[in-house]
Amino acid sequence: MHDLSYWLPLVWAAIVVFAISTYVVLDGFDLGVGMLFAIEKTPNHRNIMVNTIAPVWDGNETWMVLGGAVLFGVFPGGYSTLLPAFYIPITVMLLSLIFRGVSFEYRSLAHTDSQKKFWNSVFWIGSAIATFCQGAILGGYVQGISVTNGVFSGHALDWLSPFSILCGLSVMCGYALLGATWLVWRTSDELEEKSRNWAKLLSVAMFLCIVAVSAWTPFLQAPYLRRWIVWPNIIFVSPVPVLVLVTGIVMWRSLQKGGVKSPFFCAIIWFLLSLLGLAITIWPYAVPPSLKIWDIASPVSSQIFELVGTAFLIPITLAYTLYSYHIFRGKVTKSDGYH
Amino acid sequence: MQHPHEIALLLARWQFAFTIGVHIVFPAFSIGLAVYLAVLEGIWLKTKQQVYLTLYRYWVKAFSLVFGMGVVSGVVMAYEFGTNWSGFSMKAGPITGVLLSYEVLTAFFLEAGFLGIMLFGMNKVGKKLHYVATCTVALGTLISATWILSSNSWMQTPQGYKIDPVTGRFLPEDWLAIIFNPSFPYRLVHMGLSAFLSVAFAVGAVGAWHLLKSKKTEQSDNHPARVMFSMALWMITFVAPLQLIVGDMHGLNTLKYQPAKIAALEGDWETESRAPEILFGIPDMKEERTKYAIKIPYAGSLILTHSLDGKVPGLKDFPANERAPSPVVFFSFRIMVALGCLMILVGFGSLWLRWRKKLFKSSFFLKLVLCMAPAGFVAMLCGWVTTEVGRQPWTVYGQLRTADSASPVLASSLTFSLILFVIIYCFVFGTGFVFLLRMLRVSPETPNNQDGKVRIGMQPHKVDSSK
Repeated sequence: MHDLSYWLPLVWAAIVVFAISTYVVLDGFDLGVGMLFAIEKTPNHRNIMVNTIAPVWDGNETWMVLGGAVLFGVFPGGYSTLLPAFYIPITVMLLSLIFRGVSFEYRSLAHTDSQKKFWNSVFWIGSAIATFCQGAILGGYVQGISVTNGVFSGHALDWLSPFSILCGLSVMCGYALLGATWLVWRTSDELEEKSRNWAKLLSVAMFLCIVAVSAWTPFLQAPYLRRWIVWPNIIFVSPVPVLVLVTGIVMWRSLQKGGVKSPFFCAIIWFLLSLLGLAITIWPYAVPPSLKIWDIASPVSSQIFELVGTAFLIPITLAYTLYSYHIFRGKVTKSDGYH
Repeated sequence: MQHPHEIALLLARWQFAFTIGVHIVFPAFSIGLAVYLAVLEGIWLKTKQQVYLTLYRYWVKAFSLVFGMGVVSGVVMAYEFGTNWSGFSMKAGPITGVLLSYEVLTAFFLEAGFLGIMLFGMNKVGKKLHYVATCTVALGTLISATWILSSNSWMQTPQGYKIDPVTGRFLPEDWLAIIFNPSFPYRLVHMGLSAFLSVAFAVGAVGAWHLLKSKKTEQSDNHPARVMFSMALWMITFVAPLQLIVGDMHGLNTLKYQPAKIAALEGDWETESRAPEILFGIPDMKEERTKYAIKIPYAGSLILTHSLDGKVPGLKDFPANERAPSPVVFFSFRIMVALGCLMILVGFGSLWLRWRKKLFKSSFFLKLVLCMAPAGFVAMLCGWVTTEVGRQPWTVYGQLRTADSASPVLASSLTFSLILFVIIYCFVFGTGFVFLLRMLRVSPETPNNQDGKVRIGMQPHKVDSSK
């Protein structure tokens, strides 16, 4: 029989995975819209693109703060080993997010054309660098972190490797795809058509990225490989790649046929499947390859106290977040904006 | 020559002080401004007087800008505990991390979720629901402050835990005792009032600026500027003296729970009853005395203990390695108190001028309020330095040393990130400050909606429909 100190960290791991997934999907599409600024230069289109995300990006980014805070409170052992291990990419990511976050406001406040141009560039460069860092952190995390006696004991540049760079580029591709499919949904006419074409290209690129990362990952650590190819595990895990393929086909056909919402939701499903695959790979490690979920958890009293509130507050939060999205639903077109 | 570990520790401390010092200004601004906006919209809905809507629209743009800067600088804080203070997060995370999570869940989401409606939603949801959104954002900022102050107060006056003998971690035992720790109520009220005062001085100064300009051109009486100036000064008149009382109560609390901090900020070395108050001096940590001291007899005991022969602690009561750096807190405390006294005088001055019906006419007073624009923020930052540096050498007072809280991060990584933070913060937030000033330089009288439609809040980026 297992007691609370066994079950609670599992519940919390599920909550953390939920918070991270929500973050990836929500901030993913608005970072993606930011990156698409690099190829869409028409001022009108750029303004429509920003208008689709302006009322919601603050809330999207909050899921990332929640992820950090929950790790801090419930998995301090993970928080205190992972963050020093990714000191450089986290710092660069935070600074990029600062630039990107303020460029929302600054680009509309800028007085001269050169200033406007500058803050527009900051918007997409900041989005791109922040996204790359998130992918690189993910890659560095999956490939493993040196920990001795519960303290990070590696080098400041351990995270940097061909694999983490691939992950960084993949996440850039993926967020851009989320952004493009979001724009297919939320814009119309010429911009919708353009977004559709970007989405087609990006979905192919994203598919190749998923294949490459999936093929590489099992060879990073011995237990990863066993998880995926050993009988009978293979029965349980094989639906994941199959679903990836099915979702891809649905998305492609929907993009061809003029589907509005479904490409975005297919892109979300791709992300969730990728995260699921990742979770299957590293389970039950929280800091691979040494610390398991239970090794990094807070005392039971902390976990219970935080769980009581979280169980109430996350549904409430989701409810008013959905409400806010509902208020700003519909196509953002040239003529109406938010007037 | 300092040990490399000490250099890394110093760099980590500087980085934290810098990033939180910049950050704290934004939430303080947001708290005060959000409440002000809720008041303005409430009065507008009740009285239907256009001037309140004008002011709302005027300040909501500033709010949006400041809030945006607060969000991005705040995300940094949520991760800095892990990158630079992993020892602290490992040991105290089970308590402070949990409080921070509650802040995110009860406040951040609330603010961010309703901010979109507040800024862009007027024509989508209607006036009443829009007002609810404004109030919700204001409430969110206050809830946020409550959790942060609870967490910070627990680090100052920890209770409700026991320490794991093996890992040295704090094990929470009584959450009510943790949240409502002894210094929490004083700190919360003190900080809350300081946010109100800071914004009152900022708003008052903007009002003063536009009144001075209108006086020069003599073209209008600038009604919106008068209203904001008057509202700000009512706030100052009542809150500044109240802040003095709360500050005094906070001082008594600190004397009880953190006597070493009091000794350091007073520059007292020997424990005395009938202690004098040192008005000015230069505390010297090596010689263990305060040089060039100008003292008022008995005043130290009177202020700190409310009796002439109350006992006031001296730094020599505490081992040398448990003393906070006295010079820093000595001066930051005095600047804060001096500014506070000046604020009270401004409040009384405004009452006198109101009585003489000269509130909007006295150029001297308008200029004085204009000069005091940053006073609230400076006082708040000095108070923050006093309380945080005064806690040294501890992160959790008496329990966890700052030196044991740092991350095993190389000094080179810290140097790299500190330089980046300083350059980027100066550039990004400096630019934001310029934008803010430009925005506020435009008179609130200037109509910003040519088509006569009622609009609240931000305008979305103009989309030219001719193309």
